[in-house]
Amino acid sequence: MYKIMLRDDPVPNIHFFRIEAPAVARKAQAGQFVIVMVDEKGERIPLSIADWDREEGSVTIVFNEVGRTTRKLAQLKAGDEIASFVGPLGLPAEIEEFGTVACVAMGYGVVTMVPIARALKEAGNRIISVIWAQSKNMLFGVERLGSFSDQLIVTTDDGSYWRKGSILDTLEELLRGDERIDRAIIIGPTCMMKFCSAITKPFEVKTIVSLNPVMVDGTGMCGCCRVEVGDETKFACVDGPEFDGHQVNWDLLMARRCTYSDEQGKQLVYQCWHCAQW
Amino acid sequence: MPKVDLNRVSMPKQEPLVRARNFNEVALGYTAEQAMQEASRCIQCPKRPCVDGCPVEVDIPDFILAVREGNMPEAVKSLKSKNSLPGICGRVCPQETQCEAACSLSKKGAPIAIGRLERYVADWELGQGQMEKPQLAKPTGKRIAVVGSGPAGLTAAADLAKLGHEVTIFEALHTAGGVLMYGIPEFRMPKHVVQTEVDYVKYLGVEIRLDSVVGKIITVDELLENGYSAVFLGTGAGLPMFLNIPGENLNGVYSANEFLTRTNLMKAYLFPEYDTPLKLGRRVAVIGGGNVAMDSARCSLRLGAAEVYIVYRRSEVEMPARREEVENAQEEGIIFKYLTNPIQCLGNGRGLVAAMECIEMELGEPDASGRRRPIPKTGSEFIMEVDTVIVALGTTPNPLVPTTTQGLEVTNRGTVVADEETGQTRKLLVWAGGDVVTGAATVISAMGAGKRAAASIGATVGA
Repeated sequence: MYKIMLRDDPVPNIHFFRIEAPAVARKAQAGQFVIVMVDEKGERIPLSIADWDREEGSVTIVFNEVGRTTRKLAQLKAGDEIASFVGPLGLPAEIEEFGTVACVAMGYGVVTMVPIARALKEAGNRIISVIWAQSKNMLFGVERLGSFSDQLIVTTDDGSYWRKGSILDTLEELLRGDERIDRAIIIGPTCMMKFCSAITKPFEVKTIVSLNPVMVDGTGMCGCCRVEVGDETKFACVDGPEFDGHQVNWDLLMARRCTYSDEQGKQLVYQCWHCAQW
Repeated sequence: MPKVDLNRVSMPKQEPLVRARNFNEVALGYTAEQAMQEASRCIQCPKRPCVDGCPVEVDIPDFILAVREGNMPEAVKSLKSKNSLPGICGRVCPQETQCEAACSLSKKGAPIAIGRLERYVADWELGQGQMEKPQLAKPTGKRIAVVGSGPAGLTAAADLAKLGHEVTIFEALHTAGGVLMYGIPEFRMPKHVVQTEVDYVKYLGVEIRLDSVVGKIITVDELLENGYSAVFLGTGAGLPMFLNIPGENLNGVYSANEFLTRTNLMKAYLFPEYDTPLKLGRRVAVIGGGNVAMDSARCSLRLGAAEVYIVYRRSEVEMPARREEVENAQEEGIIFKYLTNPIQCLGNGRGLVAAMECIEMELGEPDASGRRRPIPKTGSEFIMEVDTVIVALGTTPNPLVPTTTQGLEVTNRGTVVADEETGQTRKLLVWAGGDVVTGAATVISAMGAGKRAAASIGATVGA
């Protein structure tokens, strides 16, 4: 059993849990995830690692309350325990000196971007973070990501905070600007990653996305998380979760992510207006 | 000398049409009377060929004699001195090609039903509600790490514990048992039987660390640096193979591993009491002819599919599945399409598989495996309407451990190179056994490898 040390709910439907898991904390790296099971009858679901503290022996996960399991998880409080916490899984984010990196994030992606931006910054990159939210009351983690950024841009759909406009226009404007962007990393809802990848493509900026397909074991055993990247079928759990956004077969990924969406009930939050993705 | 009795006592089973709709065990096991009757057929021949036929060398005539005499504690003791997992072996060992094939009465067509008797003894002990702890050697103070808690790992761990070593098993999943839990279905291998035998291994003093993916949370090299005198790799063959045909990533196309893991380990058949769902159509095609294909087909039926097909590219005689399992599947109403090979999966326009295009095959000359090679018949393509496809083509070892361990030699099939007799790998202080070395094989061969490796580890690290 793994104890929830701390819980934080920065905005509706987004929850942070700090979990006591010293062995996972010892090995966690930017870009990795864990598989969580709430109780012994629960599902195994992948959740992003937002942060870790090796001394304290804790790992912080962040999740969006969308389906049965995340709803169940959201009912727990500090001091409660979860049945299973497996990780760190997946390949760590690719960290090198690339030059100027645009870190584009929305929702829980903002905080999962933090360790990546931090590592990239330490590797000598210039970080431009672009954060998107529907509205000011949905924003969180801005200061945290900002603290590892050389430049920060926040855009909201309704203009309630900073600039008004869509992420796509903002990203395109950045790419058209004077500063050369060497790499883009995009983490957020699947359709946002899809459309942002389409924006960066004509500019030939290498674009990395962090995919979140349905998984079961998370160790390469079941193939449930298979995604098509270029001409190849990859398992997101062991070959990813980071892939080249220009090579991903997005329609397939979206269809596969919806396999169980009717069992899960309607996805109400962070649903984009183009499709049923979250 | 009494006349040799050639009437093998059959084991009661659930009726086919009843069992095809439930997940309860198919074979019901011997009654005490049936067991004693079958045991009394054993002629106790002096050559004991059955013992040589057993990969873990169970003293078969001895435990059978004890059953005949009604001395069940002695039967348990004899059996468990060589085999820590008799409830498992009694159910899933291919006895017909091992001990029973070697039995002196086999020539007369009526070998002793050793597997059924083994199961009877194990189930008897389970019914007693308590386990006898065998004599353990004096603690050696040596720590041994075992990676994986499937048949190979559990056997190696049990034997090492009996030798007095302090054993820790690292298991990636949230439950111990490996393929016995995620792969083999409840109706063939009840999970409480597996867990009882896992408990027995713990009872011997073995610690099992769940949720621990070696290669991620800790590496083999770190285990050796952190006070473990030796490491045994029993990580199995967990990576599913696909056909690599168009449309294989459509929704409704599963690897057998995913399908069986959802069904067995995650208990999707008890959804929504258990949270893991499994989407299954009315018409299911299972690709492959091994035991995993049979398990997938029979699970599909039990999950409510209306029609279930086994699609196999060779003919019935080449099928690698156990005869008994093929017969069970046929009785339950699984439809076998032999000499048929899928070419592509076709979607319904909304991302879900709706049909499979197949081609008929004919058999040519024998290939490297000794079986006749299937050759496609040109122009014989046809469409099979199915809404679920389960790919059961076999598995290869998971590269997670090999790729994170310095100096471990791996073949081009992804299997770890290890000495057949001792299980020693090319890396010092690391042993391996079971499917990770052989590629997908049987539970008992993995147990045999675990046993041999434990002996070799014991001899190397010393007392």
